[in-house]
Amino acid sequence: MAWQPRPGPLGWIKAGVFAACLVPMARLFHGAFTNSLGANPIEAITRSTGWWTLFLLAVTLAVTPVRKFTGANWLLRLRRMLGLFAFFYALAHFITFIWFDHWFDMGEIFKDVIKRPFVTVGFAAFVLLVPLAVTSNTAMVRKLGRNWQRLHRIAYAIAVLGVLHFWWLVKRDLTEPALFAVVVVVLLGMRLRHAPIPGRA
Amino acid sequence: MLIRTPSDILPSEITPQALYLRRREFLRQAAALGLAGTMLPASGSVFAQTAAPVTEPGKLAKLPGKPSPLSTTDKATPYKDVVTYNNYYEFGTDKAQPAQYAHKLKTRPWSVMVDGEVKNKKPIDIEDLLKLAPMEERIYRMRCVEGWSMVIPWVGYSMSELIKRVEPTAKAKYVAFATATQPETMIGLRLPVLEWPYVEGLRMDEAMHPLTLLGFGLYGEVLPNQNGAPVRLVVPWKYGFKSIKSIVRITFMESMPKTSWNVAASHEYGFYSNVNPAVDHPRWSQASERRIGEDGFFQPKRKTLLFNGYADQVAGLYSGMDLKKFF
Repeated sequence: MAWQPRPGPLGWIKAGVFAACLVPMARLFHGAFTNSLGANPIEAITRSTGWWTLFLLAVTLAVTPVRKFTGANWLLRLRRMLGLFAFFYALAHFITFIWFDHWFDMGEIFKDVIKRPFVTVGFAAFVLLVPLAVTSNTAMVRKLGRNWQRLHRIAYAIAVLGVLHFWWLVKRDLTEPALFAVVVVVLLGMRLRHAPIPGRA
Repeated sequence: MLIRTPSDILPSEITPQALYLRRREFLRQAAALGLAGTMLPASGSVFAQTAAPVTEPGKLAKLPGKPSPLSTTDKATPYKDVVTYNNYYEFGTDKAQPAQYAHKLKTRPWSVMVDGEVKNKKPIDIEDLLKLAPMEERIYRMRCVEGWSMVIPWVGYSMSELIKRVEPTAKAKYVAFATATQPETMIGLRLPVLEWPYVEGLRMDEAMHPLTLLGFGLYGEVLPNQNGAPVRLVVPWKYGFKSIKSIVRITFMESMPKTSWNVAASHEYGFYSNVNPAVDHPRWSQASERRIGEDGFFQPKRKTLLFNGYADQVAGLYSGMDLKKFF
């Protein structure tokens, strides 16, 4: 039986993870106010918020397989927070796009979403994250019952769209998108192994 | 007490000076290797910091040039931004990397081989190139294909000065340029991101245009390595990647040269690559740009101009051409 923290220590772990998840955002704010984000701060913010969205999506998706392999069931208690932080960075990324990149020019934003495949998939991923964030509270989990789990399987599609978004925007060096792609493929592949086989249930 | 005299040290124990001098580099490489397997973003690789990047003026040799009527009156981009935000893939694909790594580039001895369809085929030493024509200061706009722009006070002379002296033959219709390949100094060559050496090219009339500059300096000093020392091309009406850095070879050709970005993705990067807001990159818009150091959080991006605002001077080169087809 894997180690399970008691409620007290679990609270401290949660607080620690919460603080850690805020560090990238704090660094961006610090960088923006001290003018130390480099020559193109808006690009730096766009890249950073996008990168951390993908990273947190991957961490969120890692909770279930890691739990199954190690028996550390308490990790499940962190998942909602991790998922919400993924949404938090996705929202920051989206705001950067509509504000700094397009200056709220709705016509241009619409054109970009329609015309640029990398924007289309990124936008789709963000839109799909919204219902997951909205239904993340305990009341909604209770209300939706089995449907909650079905709904939240959208997270797999979001991760794939997110990697595709990164892959298609890179000019030439695919190293980082490829690393994320491997991680997401592994995390989704692990689920296939554990998925119930139709007909045997 | 035993006092060791120098004779106690065996010659075999003495670290060769060359290795000793490279100890920091060794540590850096070890740190970089340790990081390679991790998922840190490129900007987070604080352990890969290197010494002595040029990030402020006053560190390099002076290279003054007389003011030119071809200069723009746009406000020049701060020196620090010009020298720390670079695309020079031989030193890594992150724009902060060239400033960190390019100080290793060996810029002397340096010569530029001139060959192909030309009467005077010969290597020209950099010191002779520097004296070939009077230096001018040309303040040009520079628009990157990625959607950002700068204004840079270059120092150099028109490419045509060199071309006239080497006497191309009647067969010469194009000029190809190649960047140095120094595997021992250029960490980026390890990745097959582009075909090395980096190659760019111009049509002869483009190369002969007075705006086309052979650049040796910026901000009144010789070029920092990350900006393409010791000699580079500057073609202000084309996307930045056409302005090839650290040139070692200039070849006059009868047929259109195969250029690096065009070979890598021909549907995205054409041979001409003239700045044109009406012709989008297949994956992103080219209608607007962010001026580095000026366009901040609280104003929209500025409109990109046809031929980067040099249409009056260069549009004639392309009269009758379909710019959407010959992008």
